[in-house]
Amino acid sequence: MTRVNVKVDGTAYSDDVEPRLLLVQYLRDRLGKVGTVIGCDTSNCGSCTVLLDGLSVKSCSVLAVQADGASVTTVEGLSGPDGALHPVQQAFHDHHALQCGFCTPGMMLAACDLLRENPNPSEDEVREGIEGNLCRCTGYQNIVKAVQAAGAAMSTRANSAAAVSDSIASVSAVEASA
Amino acid sequence: MTTIDDRPDVAGGEIGQPRKRKEDAHLLTGRTTWTDNMVLPGMVHLAILRSPMAHARITSIDVSAALERPGVLAAYSGRDFAEIQGSIPCAWPVTPDMVNPGHPSLAVDQVNHVGEAVAVVAARDKASAQDALEAIDIDYEQLPVVLDMEAALAPGADLVHAHTESNRSFTWIFDSGTAGTGAPIDEVLGQAEVTVSRRFRQQRLIPAFMEPRSTVVQPQGDGFVMWSATQVPHILRTMLSLTLNVPEHKVRVIAPDVGGGFGGKLQVTPEEVITALVARKLGKPAKYTESRSESLMSAHHGRDQIQDITITARRDGTVTGLDVHLYADMGAYLRLVSPGIPVLGAFMFNSIYKFDAYRFVCEGVFTNKTPTDAYRGAGRPEATFAIERIMDELATELGMDRMELRRRNWIRHEEFPFTTVAGMTYDSGNYEAATDRALELIGWDELVAEQAERRARKDPVQLGLGISTFTEMCGLAPSRVLGALSYAAGGWENASIRVLATGKVEVVTGVSPHGQGHETAWSQIVADQLGVPFEDVEVIHGDTQSSPKGLDTYGSRSLVVGAVAVVHAADKVVAKARRIAAHMLEASEDDLEFAGGSFSVRGAPGNSKSIQEIAFAAFAAHDLPDGMEPSLDADATFDPENFSFPHGTHLCAMEVDTETGFSTIRKYVCVDDIGAVINPLIVDGQVHGGLAQGIAQALYEEAVYDEEGNLTTGTFVDYLLPSAADLPSFTTDRTVSRATTNPLGVKGVGEAGTIASTPSIVNGIVDALRPWGINDVQMPCTPERVWRAIHSGAEKSGRDPGGTVSWGGTSTTTSDGSGATDGGQL
Repeated sequence: MTRVNVKVDGTAYSDDVEPRLLLVQYLRDRLGKVGTVIGCDTSNCGSCTVLLDGLSVKSCSVLAVQADGASVTTVEGLSGPDGALHPVQQAFHDHHALQCGFCTPGMMLAACDLLRENPNPSEDEVREGIEGNLCRCTGYQNIVKAVQAAGAAMSTRANSAAAVSDSIASVSAVEASA
Repeated sequence: MTTIDDRPDVAGGEIGQPRKRKEDAHLLTGRTTWTDNMVLPGMVHLAILRSPMAHARITSIDVSAALERPGVLAAYSGRDFAEIQGSIPCAWPVTPDMVNPGHPSLAVDQVNHVGEAVAVVAARDKASAQDALEAIDIDYEQLPVVLDMEAALAPGADLVHAHTESNRSFTWIFDSGTAGTGAPIDEVLGQAEVTVSRRFRQQRLIPAFMEPRSTVVQPQGDGFVMWSATQVPHILRTMLSLTLNVPEHKVRVIAPDVGGGFGGKLQVTPEEVITALVARKLGKPAKYTESRSESLMSAHHGRDQIQDITITARRDGTVTGLDVHLYADMGAYLRLVSPGIPVLGAFMFNSIYKFDAYRFVCEGVFTNKTPTDAYRGAGRPEATFAIERIMDELATELGMDRMELRRRNWIRHEEFPFTTVAGMTYDSGNYEAATDRALELIGWDELVAEQAERRARKDPVQLGLGISTFTEMCGLAPSRVLGALSYAAGGWENASIRVLATGKVEVVTGVSPHGQGHETAWSQIVADQLGVPFEDVEVIHGDTQSSPKGLDTYGSRSLVVGAVAVVHAADKVVAKARRIAAHMLEASEDDLEFAGGSFSVRGAPGNSKSIQEIAFAAFAAHDLPDGMEPSLDADATFDPENFSFPHGTHLCAMEVDTETGFSTIRKYVCVDDIGAVINPLIVDGQVHGGLAQGIAQALYEEAVYDEEGNLTTGTFVDYLLPSAADLPSFTTDRTVSRATTNPLGVKGVGEAGTIASTPSIVNGIVDALRPWGINDVQMPCTPERVWRAIHSGAEKSGRDPGGTVSWGGTSTTTSDGSGATDGGQL
């Protein structure tokens, strides 16, 4: 058994685990984080995608012990503390980007990482970017739309946040110089 | 808990609005109840040992060493369950003499396909159970492997099941001459001016729902509760009761969140039976969840037909006869509706065209492969592919424009209702309107000109134009028709509506959604019917205790049958409410009008009672009409009088690189006519997903067996589900010809995209390659197959008739059945 200390969706956990235990099994079976699901056994489908220190990983291809000291975000930690949907969740809802919903957690977390790297992706960039996540229901069309819409919403929000902080900074500068 | 507030403008009523889905909130936030998420106190976890052999006798099996492994509570082989496991049921004996060899859940003496369950271990956790599988000692004596359908039917062929006379399960025949729906086929074939014959292959596919199957069973008294990733909790309950000899009222089946099905979860599975047997034996809750590899080799497959198609016509392009002969691969066993799947296609090969004569012969064949059964479209994609491909071939033979040939032969909109040569009565449709719209949307004339220009300049990337003008039959099904087809059950559907004391509404439906959005659509329908807010409607489904009557979700039946039952139940609720309202308003029922959720007295505005007020009055029951029961609820069972017949025109522009063989979809346009639309957002989603699966058959997917019967596409590494990067964005549009056989005017949309798209894509590829004399490329049309077709001339893109030889294997026959080839094996 090996000790892992890991923060998942904001909560700290410390557990002894078998070295062979996969991160996805740790999340589901030990922590009860069953929002993250297992869709295959060859790391092709991406259903189990989570963020590990902000970067997307297929949690079936990471050992739990490799997450030691890391911070993990699952679908259950995506919305805000007040329950407000993350822009990616909202866009998936608005654009009917899910049907059965099984691939959705992994798809959304892959999208988060894609938008982190490329906040304003083209259709082709989205298609290439989520290539590692399979969906059998939607034909991807509405997922692509949703990811682009989420990118736009996050950019707008970031710009307005930046604008607010810019204006605060300039006000402070004016006050300082006065 | 996250809640979502969506309030579109619904002044014109809920029906037809693009309501965002009620179902989404918990799916978006990971608060899901997939079966594998369930943990019950004392639960044991199962692992199943599966046969590595396609055909073998089990000469010895010893599970005792597994019991010594840590955490293992029990281990069983088929011999432990032989007396109690019954046989996986087949509910569709298509002919009186159909051979059903029986289907043990856990193999007893013999294994008949790779992946068949042979032993099961129950342990404290999944890893311990899996670890213990390697301790099971089992010896096999190999038997000859039967893979090729035609060889399987030859005299003296090796048998899949030694106790049967041959590998034939059934031969099912329809002849328009005998049925009285048209002329005898032999007459028409004999007088044909033009005859075109082709052999098409429907490769074997795997439904590959994203959520692997999972089952939890909790023993309870004399019976048990089962949670399962199933499309069919009601059918499953009845069938488990019969299979395991447990009284039906002691069995409760729950389908919690279910992650897709596509027909693949329309089944009574060996894994469900095994889990129930172990749980009951141990008296403890048990869970089994399959891995993806197990799923791909043991969940049922779909398609897998050899289609010999002959079409006859007059020189002027009028079609006269259609002669269809199918070999349909049942795999090693008959599952729930295996034999019925190809037979459903019998009514669809003639499609939208007017034939004088039609014959359909289907031979069901056993092989040492995974059993086949329903997969999205179930018989109709195969039929649609064959007719749309052969219409293109006939047009080429006649030197006629492909669309002109279709126009000349299809049922004109003023001819509905129209009874076809297969005996179906199509209620409504307008093929002209859908086709004209599709041609306009894709810019057909410009594409035709571009194709000519690129052909002329010998562009290495050629343009091909694909056509599919399809129809299908939805809304399974009128019970009397199912009876005539020897199906064991009916095709009705049930719903009940309860208006609660506070005016909120519970709708219980017998259909069982697994991604389709029924909660949203049913809420829209009931909101309009009862005049209550969309938010005030709760839809209950998927538990045989809370929704006790139903026949579940498949065959695009939920809206066409299930929601119509909801409408009928709502009508009864309104009738009941009217009686109470008349009493409250001291008016005659005949003087009341019901609109916007209120009863008012004609000519006395302001004097009204809302359905919520009536509901409370019914609940309080202080002053009800004499003889009135104190409740505002109703139950309805609807048995459709006919199928519904969605149709549409799907066109595509394919770019085929003649140097690499790589095909790209440049544009895909579909105009579907699915009758009235309840929620266009959901409809578009169904069409997109359907297209993806139909296109995947044309270009990507195939379950491949090697010559020893090993499934070589046993993981997602090899079984090529398309990703977002493999598909284009689709242009979708609709025309509306309301169904005349149900009050909603709806026809069903779940399978349309899958049924229509496959021939459109292949017709597009073949069209691009016509200058090379190529008249077929077998599916999936991989770059290698297309390249070989170009480089070896016409009809050299085939693989062996069993579809069973892996890349580089030895070929036995080409697609035209002309014998051995070198390098034609793809």
